[in-house]
Amino acid sequence: MAASESYPEDLLYHHEHDWARIDGDEAVLGITWYAQDSLGELVHFEPPAEGATIARDASYGEVESVKAVSDLIAPLSGEVLEVNAKVVDAPETVNEDPYGDGWLIRIRLSDRSQRDQLLDLAGYKKVLDEQ
Amino acid sequence: MQTLRRTPLFDRHVALGARMVPFAGWEMPVQYEGVIEEHRAVRTDAGVFDVSHMGEIEVEGPTARDLLQAALSNDIDSLEPGGAQYTLLTTEDGGIVDDLIVYRLEGFRYLLVVNASNRDAAYAWLKDRELRGSDVRDVSDDYALLAVQGPRALERLGLDVAKPFTFAMGEIDGVEVMVNRTGYTGEQGVELACMAEDAGRLWDAVLARGVVPCGLGARDTLRLEVCFPLHGNDIGPQWDAISSGLGWACALDTEFTGVEGLRAVKEHGPTRKLVPFVMTEKAIPRQGMPIVGLGEVTSGSHSPMLDVGIGMGYVDASASKSGTEIVIDVRGKPRHAKIVKKPIYKKEGA
Repeated sequence: MAASESYPEDLLYHHEHDWARIDGDEAVLGITWYAQDSLGELVHFEPPAEGATIARDASYGEVESVKAVSDLIAPLSGEVLEVNAKVVDAPETVNEDPYGDGWLIRIRLSDRSQRDQLLDLAGYKKVLDEQ
Repeated sequence: MQTLRRTPLFDRHVALGARMVPFAGWEMPVQYEGVIEEHRAVRTDAGVFDVSHMGEIEVEGPTARDLLQAALSNDIDSLEPGGAQYTLLTTEDGGIVDDLIVYRLEGFRYLLVVNASNRDAAYAWLKDRELRGSDVRDVSDDYALLAVQGPRALERLGLDVAKPFTFAMGEIDGVEVMVNRTGYTGEQGVELACMAEDAGRLWDAVLARGVVPCGLGARDTLRLEVCFPLHGNDIGPQWDAISSGLGWACALDTEFTGVEGLRAVKEHGPTRKLVPFVMTEKAIPRQGMPIVGLGEVTSGSHSPMLDVGIGMGYVDASASKSGTEIVIDVRGKPRHAKIVKKPIYKKEGA
């Protein structure tokens, strides 16, 4: 079952419809409800390799629905510590729970100050209003 | 920018929450609830597609048969009134202007249902070849067309089983329809043609019978699973019909445009062939991706029934046998696949 629309208050957002949950010098990344809804049911997650370096605003992987391919844009720079194997096996997990079980990767931040450039919920809602 | 056309059911699609997209000059529903759910509904129960964007061309008159026999690849003389036939409009080189279904309405009257994207080209092609005593008319705007497909489609519509590739006039909840035993999903089902002004009533009647509305997204994955080619992707003027695997729709003992070339291809064997394949590792092939060293993907997607990437593409004939391992270049990453026999998806026990 697809999740109903929501945007948690405790996350930081990137205007390309990605979210980050920062905990110390690590962060968990995923895509927002809006992103998964636009794509439709996900059928493939092409993750980065564990240990790879990802750069803010650049693509770190891809997700695909039946009809579309979408780049995953990194909201923060860092090193990939873990890929969510559950999503690799069952990409629809992202549709069912985009902020919980449907997280995509966990990274070690290379620049903690980058968080200041991310959007809070109010800022991201403005981006959504413009869609 | 050209304004997109809308079928008589546009408002109903929007009211159902469909995602509307441009397709072949039309604004069409790509999905309602979701491609995968709709796909499964057709494989297990019944789904309905608005395919009113497709073109209808009528050819009538004492020489209609001569015109069609010369323009179409299949043998029109094997078609009785009440029958339907899959056939091709071929170029001088044996390439494919369009693939279509021709219905013999009456002795001297035929209806051709053509792809939306080729409606104008097919009409112009036939009009140019009109003979004294044959009249070619584009009647697309008069008709709406609903495809109702799935193992329970006939039961839900209250229709008896009939032979594939036949048609009959009928009625569904008071709407007069031409019931065609044809489809593009590999499932049992019908395509219902009605007058455009009756489309809303017919659509409502079909939905009231518990048939699931399905969009073009599911239509594409359904046809790909059973290896029905899509004109513009898998077949077209640039590939001859035999290389495209449609030799069975070419009556090479009749005289039609491009037949000499096709006879030659048949005699010497095609140099390339359209083949179906299944990914053997996680990846989704897409149209235009190289099949490394051998050719190119012409259609690719995710199979909702098999839960793997599937596709079709042209490869050198020497490497076209089922079981052959191939590599698809997925945006720079080599991903393995295997050529399989048609269809890619087959019902268990079928």
